[in-house]
Amino acid sequence: MKQKHLVLAVLVIILSMLPVSGAMAADIYKIGGIFSVTGRASFLGDPEKKTMEMMVEQINAAGGIDGHMLEAVIYDSEGDPAKAVSAVNKLIHKDKVIAIIGPSTTPTTLAVVNFTKRAKVPLISCAAGIKITTPVDPWVFKTAQSDLLAVAAVYQQMKAAGIKKIGILTVSNAYGESGKKQLLGQAEKFGIQVVLNESFGAKDTDTTPQLAKIKAAGPDAIVCWGTNPGPAVVAKNAKQLKIDIPLYQSHGVGSPKFIELAGDAANGNILPTGKILVTSLLDDSDPQKKVLEDYQKAYQNKFSGNVSGFGGYAYDAVNLLAGALKGSSGDKGKIRDNLEATKGYVGATGEFNLTPQDHNGLSPDAFVMVEIKNGTWTLLK
Amino acid sequence: MQEIVQYLFSGITTGAVYAVIAVGLSMLYSSTELINFAHGEFVMIGALAMVTLWVRLGLPLPLAVAGAVAAGCVLGLVFERLAIRTARNPEPITLIIITVGAGIFLKGAAMIVWGKDPFSMPSFSSHESIEIFGAALLPQSIWIVTAALVLAGGIHLFLKQTLTGKAMVACAVNKKAAWLSGIPSEKMGILAFGISAGCGAVAGIFIAPITMSSYDMGTILGLKGFCAAMIGGLGSLWGAFAGGLLLGILESLGAGLISSGLKDAIAFVLLLLILYIRPGGLFAAKEAKRF
Amino acid sequence: MMTDKKKYIWIEYLIFVCAVSAFGLVTENTYYLQIMTFIGINTILGLGLNMLMGYTGQVSLGHAAFYGIGAYTTAILSGTYGINPWLALVCAVAAAVLIAFIVGLPTLRLSGYYLAMGTLGFGMIVNIAIREWADVTGGASGFVGIPVLEAGSLVFMAGAGYYFLVWAIVFVAMIICRRLLASRTGRALRAIHDGEKAAVAIGINTHFLKLEIFMFSAALGAVAGFLYAHFVLFISPESFGFMFSIKIVTMVVIGGMASVWGALLGAAVLTLLPEVLHGFAEYEMIIFGLILMVVMIFMPQGLTRGIMDMIRTARRARA
Repeated sequence: MKQKHLVLAVLVIILSMLPVSGAMAADIYKIGGIFSVTGRASFLGDPEKKTMEMMVEQINAAGGIDGHMLEAVIYDSEGDPAKAVSAVNKLIHKDKVIAIIGPSTTPTTLAVVNFTKRAKVPLISCAAGIKITTPVDPWVFKTAQSDLLAVAAVYQQMKAAGIKKIGILTVSNAYGESGKKQLLGQAEKFGIQVVLNESFGAKDTDTTPQLAKIKAAGPDAIVCWGTNPGPAVVAKNAKQLKIDIPLYQSHGVGSPKFIELAGDAANGNILPTGKILVTSLLDDSDPQKKVLEDYQKAYQNKFSGNVSGFGGYAYDAVNLLAGALKGSSGDKGKIRDNLEATKGYVGATGEFNLTPQDHNGLSPDAFVMVEIKNGTWTLLK
Repeated sequence: MQEIVQYLFSGITTGAVYAVIAVGLSMLYSSTELINFAHGEFVMIGALAMVTLWVRLGLPLPLAVAGAVAAGCVLGLVFERLAIRTARNPEPITLIIITVGAGIFLKGAAMIVWGKDPFSMPSFSSHESIEIFGAALLPQSIWIVTAALVLAGGIHLFLKQTLTGKAMVACAVNKKAAWLSGIPSEKMGILAFGISAGCGAVAGIFIAPITMSSYDMGTILGLKGFCAAMIGGLGSLWGAFAGGLLLGILESLGAGLISSGLKDAIAFVLLLLILYIRPGGLFAAKEAKRF
Repeated sequence: MMTDKKKYIWIEYLIFVCAVSAFGLVTENTYYLQIMTFIGINTILGLGLNMLMGYTGQVSLGHAAFYGIGAYTTAILSGTYGINPWLALVCAVAAAVLIAFIVGLPTLRLSGYYLAMGTLGFGMIVNIAIREWADVTGGASGFVGIPVLEAGSLVFMAGAGYYFLVWAIVFVAMIICRRLLASRTGRALRAIHDGEKAAVAIGINTHFLKLEIFMFSAALGAVAGFLYAHFVLFISPESFGFMFSIKIVTMVVIGGMASVWGALLGAAVLTLLPEVLHGFAEYEMIIFGLILMVVMIFMPQGLTRGIMDMIRTARRARA
């Protein structure tokens, strides 16, 4: 008996995969989303998905775009390129969306762009990797700040602080690798010498050997490039080893979670971050302040938990897309043209000025440098 | 010099954790000839249960530790009863897939119970690290090494001194002969499962303060545990223990002296070398059968 | 007898070819074609491992390594050095076979859990090597710039073109597997499967035979990697890690070992399952784990055999 049920279940599963042609209402704009909602990069994908859902609801409540309601179709990539490719084809060919937001990580984005380009569907990625928009492809955009800008911001601050020699410690995944490339590539320009470059695994339980080695090389500062929880382990280990030179982190740890994880050890860490973490500290004259306050209020009303800069990438992506949808009557080429012509949009991440040569459109002031003091963020000038 | 000492401290700490994981695997293997690919998930359960019991509910430390170990043991027993014993055709490959499935299941369940975010936990005792030869030794490292030694010693005494323990050894040596002399070998298998899962949980409990705990922390720790058990000799208690320590120290030295990028490869290169040259493991008294 | 059996096989093939062609010609939705393409690629992987596990009784927990070697060889040769992809395919297969030979020589002397651990270690090492050799492989960020496959004026892109290419290769691979099994090698393989000691006693060089099959399955793995690389046009080390090795083994075991159709069924189930489970979002992992356990507990011979047994019992019950 048991076995019969099992066969039945398997058959149902297989049958449910058969083509179903869905009728589509003409007056709805369908937009797609692909985020790493689960898996290793869920800290990115989870707030991004929630933000996209929230924004679409807001836009619809305000009467949609040119009278068209929006419908968001969101799939989980689990951070896996093969799954992201499945999802993107589902969005393009089954759901027939007119534009796609995401994916959350650089490898998944690079995997899907081959398909969106071919299908001529505009894509607004939420990933940081600089490879996404260099070289520029007409159909690919992104809202996250490039690691290029993050490293520039860190080095600028180091130069001001008189730091000449650094040791770097990067996580051995796409994020850390891309950061390492930028750290090594831009060092000379800022008169900084990298004395040692080491790496750690995203799941490492202990990084004291690497830190001890870097300490022995005698740098003026250490830069750690990774996403939670690895850098929190690094911060803890650095404190235990009584390393008293400054520890710089990347924007990848820019969420309250980092302070929670690293505890005491987070104090004194310096990092570049989008302005979202320090909204209340911003000058009232900063045009981003109001945008950020509105976003935070809306997000916290709807979901429990803090906003992070990562959700902000999706916030900007939806707003950029909403702007581009105006007057496009759903034509993908028109949407693309409008996106590229976006000027002066002030978002959660920064001010976007897109051009045919720059599909990210952010300037270095999208980053501020912050230091963690007494378990909270403080602005560095 | 100072760095070398530091590498050693770090290596012994990590190695002790590997050792506890390997001891659990090895125990189970010698009693049931089963390799549990879900073993790493019991480490994760131990760590996360500790987060709930100690950090969230604020239970006293010994009570929380006992609770987390019990959680691991109970889950291990449930797993044995529901998944392993019901299997109709216990060939190695079938059992491998069942345990792999169980691992994925446990990971998924933990993700729903504890969420996707990692947790941190304070050290069991005061924060300051002790300086020896200019290198820092963490109080938690002392905890871990002590726990590993006590655990391995306890199991050793249990196997050598108690009647139940001796019965277990008898089962490991020859199941049929043990059964003929009146030892309930099936019960011994269940006991081994409980102890093994408990060992996993202990590893998780003690490693939680030095690292971050999350639902997906177990897999890689489990794999390193296998390597350690294989290096020391599958089925041998102190072999697994020594294998764990050796692996931890070599990884740490490798990361410090050679390349931190290749650190993870060390365990597996070592594993292959052992398998090719001395499949019985470094510390096995006699050449183990290769099946 | 023999001719009957042969005829039966040709009918099977005919049904297979018709079904595949019909699906390809009727379906216009690229999404469904793409899923079928992935099923095809996974079937090729499964076929190779099925031969190894089903007929020589050797478990490999590192098969994704050959998949990765195939994908990266063609990516590097055709992407970085501009070599014709079809020539790169030959190189990819050659590389996989060579590595399988070198690794298999000592590894296949092991058996049971020891072999499983040995192949696992091998798979992990290859994965780490791909990640760390960043200058050549693009490292953890992945490899961008794999060219699209072309043959004369034909361009194989997502959609029907690639679908037919992949399934044509699946078909060829199936025939090769069947042929191999019907040959002297196949008879020797079955002898090993039934009893290795007896096989040795009647003069079969079991070690060499296992090695041969290991190399064969590596070659099929490399072909699958080649097809994956030129389909997705982007590869990164995560796609070829330990979890994927486990997935291939699961395909073979769920589908049913020692059966060509089992590989197909297993690949189909494991490729479709995540697509179906998308709706369960958070619960996907739990359900996937449960299905693995339940199938293995109640149908240790795999679905193909399990379902056939059930049909047989049902018939007997009715009679």
